[in-house]
Amino acid sequence: MTTIQKQDHNPIAHLTAEDVENLGRELDALREKVIASRGASDAAYIRKVIKTQRALEMGGRAVLLASRYKPAWFVGTAALAVAKILENMEIGHNVMHGQWDWMRDPKIHSTTWEWDHASPADQWKHSHNELHHTYTNVLGKDNDLGYGIMRVDEGQKWYPAHLGQPLWNLINAIFFQYGIAAYDLELGKNLSSKKRRNDPGFRERLSATLRKVRRQAAKDYLVHPLLSGPSAPTTLAANLTANLIRNLWTHSVIMCGHFPEGVETFERTSIEGETRGEWYLRQMLGSANISGGPLMHIMTGNLSFQVEHHLFPDLPSNRYQEIAPVVRNLFERYGLTYTTGSLPKQVASAWRKVIRLALPNDFPAKRPTTAPRPTPAATPRAAEPVRVAVAGA
Amino acid sequence: MRLGVEVDGVRQWRSYSLTSPPRPDGVITVTVTAVPDGVVSTQLVRRTKVGTVVHLDQAAGDFTLPRDRPAKALFVTAGSGITPVMGMLRDGVGRLDDVVLVHSAPRPEDVVFGAQLRALAARGGLRLVEVHTAVDGRLTPARLAELVPDFATRQTWACGPNGLLDALQETYDAAGLELRTERFRPVVLAVGDGGTVTFADTGVTAEADAATSLLDTGEANGVLMPSGCRMGICFGCVIPLREGSVRDLRNGHVTTAVDGDAIPVQTCVSAAAGPCHLGI
Repeated sequence: MTTIQKQDHNPIAHLTAEDVENLGRELDALREKVIASRGASDAAYIRKVIKTQRALEMGGRAVLLASRYKPAWFVGTAALAVAKILENMEIGHNVMHGQWDWMRDPKIHSTTWEWDHASPADQWKHSHNELHHTYTNVLGKDNDLGYGIMRVDEGQKWYPAHLGQPLWNLINAIFFQYGIAAYDLELGKNLSSKKRRNDPGFRERLSATLRKVRRQAAKDYLVHPLLSGPSAPTTLAANLTANLIRNLWTHSVIMCGHFPEGVETFERTSIEGETRGEWYLRQMLGSANISGGPLMHIMTGNLSFQVEHHLFPDLPSNRYQEIAPVVRNLFERYGLTYTTGSLPKQVASAWRKVIRLALPNDFPAKRPTTAPRPTPAATPRAAEPVRVAVAGA
Repeated sequence: MRLGVEVDGVRQWRSYSLTSPPRPDGVITVTVTAVPDGVVSTQLVRRTKVGTVVHLDQAAGDFTLPRDRPAKALFVTAGSGITPVMGMLRDGVGRLDDVVLVHSAPRPEDVVFGAQLRALAARGGLRLVEVHTAVDGRLTPARLAELVPDFATRQTWACGPNGLLDALQETYDAAGLELRTERFRPVVLAVGDGGTVTFADTGVTAEADAATSLLDTGEANGVLMPSGCRMGICFGCVIPLREGSVRDLRNGHVTTAVDGDAIPVQTCVSAAAGPCHLGI
């Protein structure tokens, strides 16, 4: 698919400017409702998740001190992998988004949280919160569309290097924490010329990243193995494995956010003078959810609710599930497609896109790209009250 | 001393006077009166269970007894203003020879620490004068002079509502006497439209109207302001509000800070709602 501005059939052609502003107002009201009902139970939730994650991590590392015994190796590695996933996704990503800043707890705050990841928090926050969430899915502005190493939209120019992109994607997946660190540093751009390489700002950020990488490597690949005495080699292998599992899992989940078929992209010029309603609309159309149960939600850091997250990146993640039916109803009433699917289906869809777009658009052997689209309602139906219990409201 | 208490998931800080003398086991006491609309006081008085962990900040303030104990002392208190004085009395018991405490409360039963103070007075530890405003009317400097004719010869500490303290301060200043006060309520912060924004660390002050974001105000005045999306999503512009009030431009919510606070605010979606001080 290419940007909605260039498609034959524009999925938002049926919406008037007033429709879009009404949409914005409805979403603003939903946001205020959640904010008004934030309270002790939400605070208790994140504290419980943090406590659980810490127990899993310390427990896993403790068990791995005896990692030369196979059962200990498996249990410890599994616990550590889950702990790292929880820390990165449900805790780190969400805390750094400011979702829990309202608690005024300096230890659980976007300005102080440093996560178990190669990329320093402040650099990740810049590329993610400031760039990706502002310019979501805008070609040429949102580099999450391929991370600068792949093309994921027909509107992105094809280069011969893209032929290898399934391989680059796989390598990125395996080394994902370093991939993200490199991405946050904009290494591709910043290493391209002598002037850029020597820019003091870049050199400072590069040093900060290298410091973080060293600290992380020391923790996982030096200190913990050494503490395991005779189990040192197996603990090293366990930590490598846990990091790999985290990398592969998070890479897959993140690919599901904006790559599966059905997700829209946008022309650079189309966001000039964008209103609040239009911004909300772009977030709705540019994101995809993953269907599943409570385990899926927590292991994806509630990015199974990518749509809801993109609409309200700073609302506590535990609230996305309850507002999802309201949001979905909004999609229906405004005649928009709510893109969602099971994890395997969405991951496969994303990979298919990566493989397909490794070839140029006009490659002869290519099959038709646009998936059949459900016809939107002619006019949005008036808001019917949807009874959804918003906790505490 | 500032106490951090979680109310509805949010950590709120309030200042309370220590009412305990120094103890070998290090236990400290604060005495809290539930104020009708008080968020923290009602939480502490009505809903806090034994064992709850609260947060402490460094003790501060100079409303204390000097090392050289005063020969003659006068404490003038009203309502919960008795609390810091109670700490001093408990600390100084036996070492303060001549103490007068004038305390004002609506009725005898409203006197916090009433029983202990009366017992102390009965033992000769202090001269206690109770002014019950429900029958005696308000405590004024004139009334004080009647009750304690030699007040000018006594080192005086006063704690209570701002009205009482302001009146006393005026009287003592006019007579060239020193008065030590402890205030519980800050100067009323005007929550109006716009205001003077002080960028404390940079040393810049600027006038801002109600609709201009703090971010724009700072940038227009040459302050190096962190920023990101400039629309309230990414939290790239968060800096601490140290004092004053700001209004969230998105929903009108007002955030207020008093001296000692450092409340993070998003400058791109906040405007001044009265004079305010930012930590940048």
